[in-house]
Amino acid sequence: MNKIVIENLSLQYTDGTESLRGINMDIREHAITALFGPAGGGKSTLLRCLNRLNDLTDVEEISGRILLDGENVLDPQTDIIALRRKVGMVFARPVVLPMSIYQNLTYGLELAGEKRRSVLYEAAERSLKLAALWDEVKDRLDDPAIALSGGQQQRLCLARSLALQPEIILLDEPTSGLDPISTGKVEAALQELKKDYTIILVPHSVQQAARTADYAAFFLQGELVEYGDGAELFTNPKEKRTEDYVTGRFG
Amino acid sequence: MAELTVKNLEKKASTISLRRKPRWGETIIQGLLFFSGFFSIFITLGIVYELGKEALLFFQMPGVDLLATLTTTEWKPHVNKFGIWPLLTSTLMTTLIAMAIAIPLGMGVAVYLSEYAIPKVRSTLKPILEILAGIPTIVYGYFALTFMTPLLREIFGKDVVQIYNTGSAGLVMGILILPLISSMTEDALSAVPRSLREAAYAMGATKLEVALQIVVPAALSGIAAAIIVGISRAVGETMIVAVAAGAGPNFTFSPFIGAETITGHIVRISGGDLSYDSIDYNSIFALGLFLFIITLVLNIISQAIVRRFREVYE
Repeated sequence: MNKIVIENLSLQYTDGTESLRGINMDIREHAITALFGPAGGGKSTLLRCLNRLNDLTDVEEISGRILLDGENVLDPQTDIIALRRKVGMVFARPVVLPMSIYQNLTYGLELAGEKRRSVLYEAAERSLKLAALWDEVKDRLDDPAIALSGGQQQRLCLARSLALQPEIILLDEPTSGLDPISTGKVEAALQELKKDYTIILVPHSVQQAARTADYAAFFLQGELVEYGDGAELFTNPKEKRTEDYVTGRFG
Repeated sequence: MAELTVKNLEKKASTISLRRKPRWGETIIQGLLFFSGFFSIFITLGIVYELGKEALLFFQMPGVDLLATLTTTEWKPHVNKFGIWPLLTSTLMTTLIAMAIAIPLGMGVAVYLSEYAIPKVRSTLKPILEILAGIPTIVYGYFALTFMTPLLREIFGKDVVQIYNTGSAGLVMGILILPLISSMTEDALSAVPRSLREAAYAMGATKLEVALQIVVPAALSGIAAAIIVGISRAVGETMIVAVAAGAGPNFTFSPFIGAETITGHIVRISGGDLSYDSIDYNSIFALGLFLFIITLVLNIISQAIVRRFREVYE
């Protein structure tokens, strides 16, 4: 089933750079969709359209529609707070909030008005387990989150967005700063998570895209070049440009 | 051809010496930098020494003792009464009033500029605020006397508010210190990484929640430093209180009554004809030492706070 339908999405930044051109894309539920391609292709921009985080940057013009369960998220009437609870995000560099590990997990729920301690605790435990971090931090939940290692911090960020029980998780190069072991843990967690969530991932390498993606979309200079089944796209791309990039001829 | 290259290399290698050569420019600059650092420390120590020496002379004079100075509430040099409290309370009063104005307003301005204002508004407002900080303090003094005091007398009644009072001096001092606090606070807020804000926004935080729960706590050490610097400035501020707060020590906690602050007293006494080594002359050094100790303690506190609350972002 399609969770998100993107119709003719174009976006231009105030500095004149055009970041997205006429994107049409259906994103499937309970699958990992990878957006990949060289830098400046518009992957992150698209990701940040989906939870309207682009509202904070200098966007000159945006047109088209992004339908999330049939509702246009770009509509000015959209409640972006509710949207961002439904669409969680993990960034390239782990950004833990300057609080304890536990507070990092419960902060989003508290913002949403949840006060019951048992609910908060359960959410923290559940999301830490989902992010494969529970065993490493269960005895020190009150330690400052900044004391964790980079890989642990990134999984904490993943857990933090899971605690809100979103429907969609956006990941913007979530493993770019991590060692191979931590990367493996995050990727394994994602494979588990896709059973219940819709995952949109900007991988930090073609290899990661090939490893993880159920569906893959190749972006080049603001254009969606090719989009389709992951296994198909990496082994037998239809477009010459995709083939060149995937085989390492440029990029 | 190849032979030639090898030969060239050999020749070249033999001309490069690895022996250390003196770099005079480096040495001279290094010396100058050391000298300027040393010089400023030396001057500061000299001032402290002079202050301490004269203050010691004061406390050695007949009829003066430290305990009485710290515990009694009358400052009347002509009858040898040197209780510091009337001067201290009015200093505290003006400082308290000033900070009651400057902290909330300054913080508000800073949060607005850093979190809410669009770049165009920010780039207009910030220089204006900084101009406010550049107005000579004597002008603020007149402003207190000729605008704020009549205003207070209008509001609270002419029989309640005296012409000279700590209230109007404190209020205007608050306006003086506001840009200092807002500017330092704004710097601290702006230094909070953008990624931290985005992380909170992505979790469904509103603008206000991001500003107050994420950005302000993350900038707490800078904000604390701004407040302490503001307090130090208020304690040491002289011109406004000399003009508007009143001449004559007065042990009172009413903001509507004239009372001389430590700085105001020093100005008035040193402005008159004082003979060297008279008791009045030496008393102002003791007062100066008190001021110095107050601001020194505040600075130490602020550094402790900065260390305690400094947040590591990555």
